[in-house]
Amino acid sequence: MADLKLTDVAKSYGPVDVLKHIDLEIEKGELIVFVGPSGCGKSTLLRMIAGLEKITGGELQIDGQVVNNVPPAQRGIAMVFQSYALYPHMTVRENMSFALKIAGKSKSEIEAAVNRAAKILQLEPYLDRLPKALSGGQRQRVAIGRSIVRDPKVYLFDEPLSNLDAALRVATRIEIAQLKEQMPDSTMIYVTHDQVEAMTLASRIVVLAGGGIAQVGTPLELYERPENTFVAQFIGSPQMNLLGGRIVGTGQQTRVELPEGQGTILSNYPTKESDMGLEVEVGIRPEDMIATDGPDYAYEGEVEIKEALGEVTLLYFKKQKPEHEPVIAKLPGIHTDVRGKRMRMTAEAEKVHLFNNGQSLLYR
Amino acid sequence: MGPLMQGVLTILIGVFGCIGYFYASNIVLDRVIFPPRHDDAGRNINRANAVRPWLFLFPALFALTLYLVYPVVGSFIRSMYDRTGDTFIGFQNYQNLAGDPEFRSAVFNNLLWVLVVPAAATFLGLVIAQLTDRLKWGGIAKSLIFMPMAISFVGASLIWKFVYANDASIGMLNAVRLFFGADGPIDPLQVPFWNNFFLMVILVWIQTGFAMVILSAALRGIPEETIEAAILDGANPFQIFFKIQVPQIMGTILVVWTTITILVLKVFDIVYTMTGGNFGTQILPSYMMEYMFRDDGRATAVALVIMVLVLPVMIWNIRQARKEMR
Repeated sequence: MADLKLTDVAKSYGPVDVLKHIDLEIEKGELIVFVGPSGCGKSTLLRMIAGLEKITGGELQIDGQVVNNVPPAQRGIAMVFQSYALYPHMTVRENMSFALKIAGKSKSEIEAAVNRAAKILQLEPYLDRLPKALSGGQRQRVAIGRSIVRDPKVYLFDEPLSNLDAALRVATRIEIAQLKEQMPDSTMIYVTHDQVEAMTLASRIVVLAGGGIAQVGTPLELYERPENTFVAQFIGSPQMNLLGGRIVGTGQQTRVELPEGQGTILSNYPTKESDMGLEVEVGIRPEDMIATDGPDYAYEGEVEIKEALGEVTLLYFKKQKPEHEPVIAKLPGIHTDVRGKRMRMTAEAEKVHLFNNGQSLLYR
Repeated sequence: MGPLMQGVLTILIGVFGCIGYFYASNIVLDRVIFPPRHDDAGRNINRANAVRPWLFLFPALFALTLYLVYPVVGSFIRSMYDRTGDTFIGFQNYQNLAGDPEFRSAVFNNLLWVLVVPAAATFLGLVIAQLTDRLKWGGIAKSLIFMPMAISFVGASLIWKFVYANDASIGMLNAVRLFFGADGPIDPLQVPFWNNFFLMVILVWIQTGFAMVILSAALRGIPEETIEAAILDGANPFQIFFKIQVPQIMGTILVVWTTITILVLKVFDIVYTMTGGNFGTQILPSYMMEYMFRDDGRATAVALVIMVLVLPVMIWNIRQARKEMR
C-alpha cells in the first residue's frame, strides 16, 4: 500500500501553472528525493504535501486518506527547513518539545521523546542552549530532532544542507543516511538541487522539470536508462554529450551514423525496421568515451582544452559549429600532450543512449 | 535691520563660523602646537591625532553643557530658593511638596498614567499591527490609526472635549448613553477617579499608532519559516502569536513601552486643556505648570522630581535600544 499518493496534483497561482499532472506513489520506508533545476517547483510540491501551500488540483493521500483540506499538523508529517527555522527564544529542549506541548502530551512523555531524539542526534550536551549558541550543523540536527520527537509518518526535508559549508554538508549527508537506516519504517521526502545528494541518499529520485515529472526511478535507473534528454543531461557531471545522428542499421542493436563526428556507433537500444533513417540524438556520457586508434569510431575532433584532475583528465573538443555544445571526454589517468591533437572517440554499445525528439527510444 | 536679514546673517555666521573654527583650529594644532618637525615629528603626529577628535567634538559638547547640564544644575540650585529667588530655604520646597495632598494625588495619578497608557498603547498597537498585516485594506486601517500621531496634544484634547461634551447632541459618549436609554447627560470629566482614565484614553489614542508602526515592522522581520514550523507543530493562531511571534520581538516591545512611558511622564497638555487638573485629575507636569507663576517657587522642585522619575526609564530605554541595534 502506498504511504503517500499524489493523483494528478496541480498548483497554479492565478493563471500561472507552477505544477501540473503530478502522479506519484511513495511506499512506506522509502527515501524519495525531489531534484530539479531552480524554479522547477520541487519546493512547492513539498510544501503542498506539508500543507503550507494549497493544492489547486488533484488529490493527495497520506495513508489512504485524502488530506487536501486537512490542516498541516494533522497530516502526520514533519518538516525540516532550509533555514532550520528554530524558535530563537527557546532552548534546544524547548524547541524540540514545542509540538508535543501543543498536542497536550504529559511531561514524562515529552521528556522521554526529547531524550530519545537527543540521543540519536548526539544533542544531549546542548539541550539547554539557545539556538544562537550552536553551530550550523548542530542547528540542523536540532531541526531534525524537532521532527523526530513527533514521530511522523512522513519526514519532509527542504534543502536541509544548502546552508552548510562543503565539508559539513558531506558529514551531515552521511548522518541523514544513517538516520534513515535507524528508522527504516519512516518515509522521507527530500528536496535538493544537488545531484550528488540525490544520488547518494535516494531510494528513488523524482526529477522535476518545467512543472512536471521528467522521470521517477532509482538513482542507477536514472543514470543508466534516462527517459529523456533532460534527465540524461541533468544526472551526471560533466553532462552527457548529445550528438545528432541518423539510424543506418536496425534490429537488437542499432547502428547510427554521426555526421557531426564523421563516424558511426553501435547502440544496444533495439529498433524496428521502420526506424531506418530516423533522425536521433546519440547520448554518450563523458566517462563512457573511449579513445581509439581503430577505423571504427564515433567521433573525431581536435582537443581544445584539457583539465587534468589527477585521477581523470577532461578533454574538451573543438566545436564544429558555434551552436553545438563542446563534446567532452573523461579519460582515466593522466594524459599529457593532448592539446591540439586530433583524437578519435567511441563507446561500448551498452553505454550509448538514443533519443528521438528528446524521448528515449527505450521508452517508446 | 529686519528680522529676516538677522536670521540669514545668523545662519551665515553659524555655518561659516563652524567651518572657520574647524579649519583654523586644525591649522593651529598641526602647525603651532604639535608641528611634525625635527626629532619629534612622528610623536607629534600621533599627539595631534589624539587631540583632533576633541577639537571637532568641542562645539557640540559645549552646546550640550550649556543647554542641558547647566539648566539641570541651575534648576536644582533654584529649587532651594523661595519664589523671590533671593532667600535660600534648603529643602523646604520639597518638604512642602511632600505635605501637599494635591501633590500626592498628582503622584498617584501619574503612577496610574505610567501603568495604564504604555501598556494599553503597546498592547493595542501590537494587536492592530498583527491584524492589519493580514488584511487587504490593512494599509488604509493603519494610516487611519497612525493619523492621531500628527495631531498636537492640545488639538487632540479639543477633539475629545467634544466627544466627552456634557450634552447628548454634541458629545458622542452621551449620545451613545442616550441611545441605550440612560437618563440625562453626564460630564465624564467630573466622574471621580474614572475621569483619569477618560483622559488617558486620549493619549492612548495618539500613541497606539506609534506602537503599531514600530511593532508592525518588527513582526515583518520575524523569519517566515519559524511561523510555518509552528503551524506544522500544530500551534493555533493564538499560540503562534503569543508563543512564537511576541517572544521574538520582545526587545522591540520593551523599547516601545519605555519610549511611551517617558512620554507619559512629560505630557501635561491633555490634563491642562481638559480639566486644568481639577476634579482629582492632577498629574505632576500639570501640577508644576500650576505653580510656575505663583506661590512659593516649588515648580523647579517638581521639575526635578519628574526628571528623577524619568531618568531610570530613559537609561534603560537607551540600553535596550542599543542592544536591539547589535
